Amino acid sequence: MTAIRLSTAIPAALFVLLAAVFGFYLHQIGTGEKDAAEVPSALIGKPAPEFDLPPIEGMEGGLRTADLRGAVAMVNVFASWCPPCQQEHPFLMRLARSGVPVYGINIKDRPKNARAFLRRLGNPYRRIGADMSGRVSIDWGVYGYPETFVLDREGRIRYRHVGPILAHDLETRILPLLKELGG
Amino acid sequence: MIRRAALLAVLLSVLSAPAASVEPDEILADPALENRARAISKQLRCLVCQNQSIDDSDAPLARDLRIVVRERLTAGASDDEVVRFVAERYGDFVLLSPPFKATTYALWLGPAAIFLVGAAAVAIFLRRRRAAAPGEEAALSAGDRARLDRLLGGDDAP
Repeated sequence: MTAIRLSTAIPAALFVLLAAVFGFYLHQIGTGEKDAAEVPSALIGKPAPEFDLPPIEGMEGGLRTADLRGAVAMVNVFASWCPPCQQEHPFLMRLARSGVPVYGINIKDRPKNARAFLRRLGNPYRRIGADMSGRVSIDWGVYGYPETFVLDREGRIRYRHVGPILAHDLETRILPLLKELGG
Repeated sequence: MIRRAALLAVLLSVLSAPAASVEPDEILADPALENRARAISKQLRCLVCQNQSIDDSDAPLARDLRIVVRERLTAGASDDEVVRFVAERYGDFVLLSPPFKATTYALWLGPAAIFLVGAAAVAIFLRRRRAAAPGEEAALSAGDRARLDRLLGGDDAP
């Protein structure tokens, strides 16, 4: 009698367990806590890739790996042709005003458009490198725009954010991490 | 007639292979190298349209990666080195066939393990049922046996 009960109980328990796991993930996707299409970065915990980018034509600066060492910093991959980049722009401005060093990689943009974009919305970046070929972005494992990386003092990549940083991301992920890293 | 032609068109479109997205200016002069590039590109996932390979995808990133693959090959890298170059940047997710390692054991061995557990459960179930069959016969009480005999004998109907 017990044997029959056990043979019903085990599959039923397995079913409930699986349903709970799937339900949990679906719930996370539903609340936007998890994005099923988001790919984890292969570079977490690794040093930022070696690169040396010229400035946007007609601007000062340029960006290379050495610029990112010595302080907790953010690297934001953006372009004037990317609507979500405009959406997150006010939040980058806010971070820059609060003293966080934000660096920019301007990807496949026309210099004229990039300059107009920064004139119109403000320039939150300490330095900007122009990645005309998109090759440096590939070294960073970038696949969607915008993308933002948080680096620790040693220049190691600690966090990667795909898509625009909005108020929720800022409050729940970026700011706590910056605080933790001592930025 | 028109219907038949339409049917033929549908059948032919099913038979035809999906066109690759490699553009003429990307193709390498050396056909052997180009063939290797095509084979590698088919194993690499396009991260923009995640269920296509970079060989199939029209996304700008897929094009850039196809060019990177060809540049590496031209520079003398082996197929494995090229695949590793891309995987170092984009992670194992970029490989359409995931590698066999500690984090993917469940993925590769899971189905076989579930099959074995299921097969074992079926085997146990069948053996138990076979073992239970004669036992049930023996469990017939004396009263039931008498009633069964009466019914089967049929000489005095109730």
